[in-house]
Amino acid sequence: MARLLQELVESFRIAFGQIRANALRSVLTALGVIIGIVAVTLMGTAINGIDIGFNRSLAMLGEDVLYVQRWPWRRVDDWWNYVNRPPLEVETAERLNRVIEATPESLLEVAVPVATRGTSVRAGELRLGGVMLFGTTGDYARIVTTDVAEGRMFNDVEASVGRPVCVLGSTVAENLFPGRSALDQQVQIRGERYTVIGILAKQGEFLGLFSFDNQIVAPLNAVRRQAGGRANLELRVKVRDKTRLAAAEEELSGAMRRVRGQLPGERDNFSINQQQAFKEQLDPIKAGIALAGLFITGLSLFVGAIGIMNITFVSVKERTKEIGTRKALGARRRTILLQFLIEAVSICLIGGLVGLGVTLAASLALGALLPALPIAFSPGLMAVSVLVSIVTGVVSGFAPAWGASRLDPVVALRYE
Amino acid sequence: MVIRIEGVTKLYRMGAETIHALRGVNLEIRRNEYLAIMGPSGSGKSTLMNMLGCLDTPSAGRYDFNGKDVARMVDDELAEIRNREIGFVFQTFNLLPRSDALHNVELPLIYAGLSPAVRRERALVALRNVGLGDRIHHKPNEMSGGQRQRVAIARALVNHPSILLADEPTGNLDSRTGEEIMALFEDLYEQGHTIIVVTHEEDIARHARRVVRLRDGLIESDGPVP
Repeated sequence: MARLLQELVESFRIAFGQIRANALRSVLTALGVIIGIVAVTLMGTAINGIDIGFNRSLAMLGEDVLYVQRWPWRRVDDWWNYVNRPPLEVETAERLNRVIEATPESLLEVAVPVATRGTSVRAGELRLGGVMLFGTTGDYARIVTTDVAEGRMFNDVEASVGRPVCVLGSTVAENLFPGRSALDQQVQIRGERYTVIGILAKQGEFLGLFSFDNQIVAPLNAVRRQAGGRANLELRVKVRDKTRLAAAEEELSGAMRRVRGQLPGERDNFSINQQQAFKEQLDPIKAGIALAGLFITGLSLFVGAIGIMNITFVSVKERTKEIGTRKALGARRRTILLQFLIEAVSICLIGGLVGLGVTLAASLALGALLPALPIAFSPGLMAVSVLVSIVTGVVSGFAPAWGASRLDPVVALRYE
Repeated sequence: MVIRIEGVTKLYRMGAETIHALRGVNLEIRRNEYLAIMGPSGSGKSTLMNMLGCLDTPSAGRYDFNGKDVARMVDDELAEIRNREIGFVFQTFNLLPRSDALHNVELPLIYAGLSPAVRRERALVALRNVGLGDRIHHKPNEMSGGQRQRVAIARALVNHPSILLADEPTGNLDSRTGEEIMALFEDLYEQGHTIIVVTHEEDIARHARRVVRLRDGLIESDGPVP
């Protein structure tokens, strides 16, 4: 044990002596590893970032909300099975809530009808198109993840009488009332005047597809009065315990079938959607991107590893006589093997640490330049890349080091 | 008896040809002998030296070192014997160029697993014994040939080996420096060391007390220096 320790110390001494003595060569070799590690860790950082952005987007849908809709959130190949499904009505929500109340220890809390339609909105001279209009009840506040930043949500009374009041998403408020508060102002939606009673807190984009801030929430009865029932209605059902989402979904399915009066064996004539469905569809894509990205960047690390292997072969060749001398003085195979492995690992480790520094600086700089970009430089990633550098050193240094350790001392001593 | 060799042969295969480097050698070396091994090139002199130094093992025959059969030992066991029992002195000194004298002398002790403090102390003593107590931090390229060979001798002796095995120790030195090194060997012999010098120079062999002459893989003569 003591011997191994002394040998290790000596090996590190030799390794750093070698690196110093062959500074240029070592730097060039390490450069290969640096580039490899930078590529891999930047890729890892990007993948982490994608993951975080993705989860942030999904969280906007609400982790504890089930969506009852006509269509599922996935591709369907048998559209004819869906197209004739009965639409969801406000009444469906009312009957569903009665079932939920009647169920002892129900996993569901409340079902909220939400009518959605695209619209344009005006305030004075300013006009904004492509806005999502949500018509809903006073319970809406219970199911959304956003806070009301200014003002308030409409209450049950306002909702049931269909008073023309509305709550604006932050983008809508900023665009229609630049530089001033939108609160208590009037907006025109399809010719009808609504009074702004609240403004939602900023939420951001959903998977970069559309903005959750580009919305208006108004009482369902007001929206339906205007749309004449043409608005697309969905039910959002809040779950009491998000850890039991699957069981809640099952209960909801049963409750909906009762409400719809469906017979046993009959196929559901509604779909229950949740954020998990997105996850399931996007996870394989995400995994594919990660795999491809790591494979491609891994290739550059592989090139770096070849550089290390090459230089270790050169180092062994150059010092064949020294190996012979060391063996004559009592160095064992293990000693020689360790010596060259440690040399290879040291260069890799130095390269890895420099590479890590470069990545850290790059991601900090990127984060400062583009704050919206989700960049995640994690300690786990740091640990992994240090580990990867060490493994690279061991793998690429092994063949030459093994060869050195097996050298016949007689042959090695005679080598010039 | 330090070394007993009985009927040792060594074969090398060079392609289709088999070379008999040693054809049955018997040799006994006692403690505190001063022996010269001589012979022209191709006589098997180097092979015998490699065998004596446990750098190589015989194809057949027996080799006992301090009563241990080393002929059948594997690499790492031989390394252990070399580390503890044999001090090598090479023609080309074979010092580590980037290490100072002290570290060069410490090397066998590192492989023996000794702590830095003990190593340093013993290396200092060994360097002082060869008259280099004031050169311990000099690197090989800062020293003369004679000084380098002294460092090598200090390195060979630092682990208190049973034999000192020198291969043409004066081959790379001028004759005056060579004589100094031989004088040092004489001192070591007087102190009780066992010394084996492999050489082709009669002048060098004359310093020893016994000369073994090889020819064509066999011992031609073995006797005291006239």
